[in-house]
Amino acid sequence: MKKLLSILLVLVLVFSFAACGSTSTETDSDSVELNALFMKQAGYSEEDVTAMTEAFTEETGIKVNLNFVAYEELEAKILTSAETGGYDVILGDCIWPAQFAKAGLVLDVTDRVKELDTDDIFEGAMQSCSYEGKYYGLPWLNDVKYMFVNKAMLEKAGITELPATWDELRADAKILKDKGIVEYPMVGCWSQAECLICDYTCIAGGFGGDFVDADNNPTMNSPENIAALQMMSDMLNEGLVNPKSLEMIEDDVLSTFAAGNAAFAINWTYQYNSMNDEAASSVVGDGVIMPIPGTDKAKSATVNGGMPLMITKGSAHPDEAWQYMTYISSKEVQAKYSANALPMWKSLYTEDSVIEAAGKEVVEASLVQYDYIKNRPMVPYYNELSTFMQTAIQKVLLGQDTAEAALNAIQDKALELAAK
Amino acid sequence: MTKNVKRLKSEQTYAYALISPSVVIVLGIIIAPMLATLVYTMLNNNMLSGHYGEFSGLSFFKEVLTSHEFGSDLFRTLYFTIVSTFIETGLGLAIALLLNEKFPGVGILRCIIIIPWAIPTVVNGSLWKLIFNGQYGVFNALLLNAGLINQYESWLGDPKLAMLMIIIADSWKMTPLAVIFFLAALQGINADTYEAARVDGAGPFRRFYYLTLPYLAPTAMIIIVMRTVEKFKAFDIFYLMTRGGPANATKTLMYSTYLEAFTNLNYSTAAVYAYLTALIVAVLTLIYVRMMKRGELNG
Repeated sequence: MKKLLSILLVLVLVFSFAACGSTSTETDSDSVELNALFMKQAGYSEEDVTAMTEAFTEETGIKVNLNFVAYEELEAKILTSAETGGYDVILGDCIWPAQFAKAGLVLDVTDRVKELDTDDIFEGAMQSCSYEGKYYGLPWLNDVKYMFVNKAMLEKAGITELPATWDELRADAKILKDKGIVEYPMVGCWSQAECLICDYTCIAGGFGGDFVDADNNPTMNSPENIAALQMMSDMLNEGLVNPKSLEMIEDDVLSTFAAGNAAFAINWTYQYNSMNDEAASSVVGDGVIMPIPGTDKAKSATVNGGMPLMITKGSAHPDEAWQYMTYISSKEVQAKYSANALPMWKSLYTEDSVIEAAGKEVVEASLVQYDYIKNRPMVPYYNELSTFMQTAIQKVLLGQDTAEAALNAIQDKALELAAK
Repeated sequence: MTKNVKRLKSEQTYAYALISPSVVIVLGIIIAPMLATLVYTMLNNNMLSGHYGEFSGLSFFKEVLTSHEFGSDLFRTLYFTIVSTFIETGLGLAIALLLNEKFPGVGILRCIIIIPWAIPTVVNGSLWKLIFNGQYGVFNALLLNAGLINQYESWLGDPKLAMLMIIIADSWKMTPLAVIFFLAALQGINADTYEAARVDGAGPFRRFYYLTLPYLAPTAMIIIVMRTVEKFKAFDIFYLMTRGGPANATKTLMYSTYLEAFTNLNYSTAAVYAYLTALIVAVLTLIYVRMMKRGELNG
C-alpha cells in the first residue's frame, strides 16, 4: 500500500512538471496582444512610453505589454527571444540592425517604410536602420552626443569664448587646471564599454577621421584617427582629463559634471535636463550645451545614438506591431513628448511647442550638431569589432600601447572580421 | 527461492519507479543541453559567419586553444580562483576558530557573520562597485582618512588592481560559507582529546597543528572543491563590477563565453569556451576527489 502511494505521488510530481511546461499562451482571437521591449534609461521615460502606449490601445484596441530593461540587458533579451517572438516589438541600438538582419532575427520592413514620409526624417536616423539597401527598423529615439561646458568655471578663469576646436578646448582646460579652478577639467565615459567607442567616434570625427570608407571597408588606422586617440591619451597624461574616466559610463560623467568636478563633458541630450535639476545637481544654470569641437579638418562631429524599433522574426502579429511602431514614432506623439527626447522629424524643429518643451538651447545646439553626425560602422561584425576596440583603446589610454600600434591592430581585426 | 527473486524484482521495479522522475529531469536539463552544446561546437553556429550551418569538426576548438585570448583568460580565471579560494579558506578557518571559543556575544557574532553570504551576488557586486568608486567611494574615504593614500584612487579603473578588488568583494561575500563549514566541523571535535593533549604538555599551537588541522582537513577539502568549481564559473560579479575591463584585466573564461554568445553571436565559439571551462573544472574535481579518498584511506 505504501509503495502504491509513493508511486502515485511520483506520478503526480511528473505530471505537475509536465503541466508547468504547457502554461497557456493562447490569446483571445478577438483582441491582439503585443509584447514590446524598451529601455529604462535616457530618452523617453517609462511614464512617457506607458502614456503613449495607453493612448494607442485606446485608439486601436490593441493591448501592448511593456517591458523595460537596462540598456545593458537589451541585447541579450532580444537575442534569446527573437526567434520565438517572445517580444513583437523591440527597441535596439542603432549599431545592431546590420547584425540582427544578417542573423535573420528581425523582419525586413523596406516596403512598409516606403509608405512613410522619410524625407522629413533625419538621414542619419534612417541610415542606422538600413543594411545592404534594405530597412530593418523604424527610427524612434533620436539622440546624438553634445559637449557640455560649465560656463561659470570658464568665466572664473577669464575665458569668455566657448572652445570651437579641440586645440582651444585643450588650452582652456590647461588654464582651468593651472588656476586651480577644477582639478580635472574634462571627463569622459571611457570605461571598457560601448560608450568609449561613442566618445572616440565624436573625437576622431572632429579630427576628420572615419572608421570605414563609403564601401564599408575599414579605415581604422588613418592618420586622423591616430591623431585623435593620441590627443585623448595626451590629455589624460597631462591631467586634463579625469583619470577615473577609465571606469566611467554616461551616468558617472553626468554626476561628475553635476557635482561641479568637471568643466567639459561629452554626453547625450539627457544630461541637459539632469544638470539643471536642482535635486541632483550643484551646477544648475552654469552648464551650457553646444556642438562638440572639431579641428581645421572638420568643424564638429558627433555620434549617432539613435535607437530604432524593430519587429522580431518570430512575431505572430507583424502588422499590428508595425501599427504600434508608427503610432509611437508619429509626428504628433513625438511632438507631445519632446521634453525628454528630440523628435526625428525635421519639420517639428520649428514648432514652438517642441522648442519650448525641449528647451531653446538644446534645439539650437541640435540643429548645428545634426549636420555633423557620424554613424559607427553599420556592419554585421560591429559588436565584435567594438569589443576589440574598447580593449585596444583602453590599452593606449593606460599607457600600455601606442595609438598607432593599437589602431593598426584594430584595422587588422576589422579586416579579419570582414573576411569571415 | 522464487519468492525471494520475486520480492527482489518487485523492489527493483519500485526503485526504478522512484528514481525515474529524477532521471528524466537530469536528462532533460543537464544531459540534453550538454549534448546540444557539443553539437554547437562541431557545427558552425556563428550566426554572422559565411559558413553558418556547415560542419566544422574540431576547428573551433583549435581556433580557441591556439588564440592568445584563451591563454590570458585562463590565466586570469586561475588567478581569481586560486587567490580568492585561498583567502576564503584561510580567513574562514581563522574566523571559525575564533567563533568556536566561548566568550560573551559569540552567539550574536555567529549570526552576524552569515549576513554577507545571505546577500545576493547582484547586490554584493553593486555594493562593492560603489564602495570602490573612484570619486565618492567609501574605500577611498577610509584610506584617505587613515593617511594611506594622498588622493582618491581609481581602484576598478587600474588594470593591476581591478582583479584584486573583485577578489576582495567576492571573498567578503563567500568567506562566511567557509566559516560555517569549519565551525560545524570544530563543534564535532571531541574535547577529551584536547584535554589529554593538554595534560601531555602540548601547547596551543601544537594542539592546533596535530589535532585541529588534521581533523579539519576533509572539511577544508570540501570547501576548496566547492569554491574552485564555483569560482571557475563566476560571471555575475565580473559583469556587475567591471565588465571585463579595464583593458581586459578582469576578462575570465566565463565572461568571454558570454561575450562570444551574446555580443558577437558566435555561439559555436562560446560553446567551445563553455566546454573547455567545464572540462577544466571536471579535471580539477577529479584530482580533489582522488586526494580526498587517499586522505581518507591514510587517515
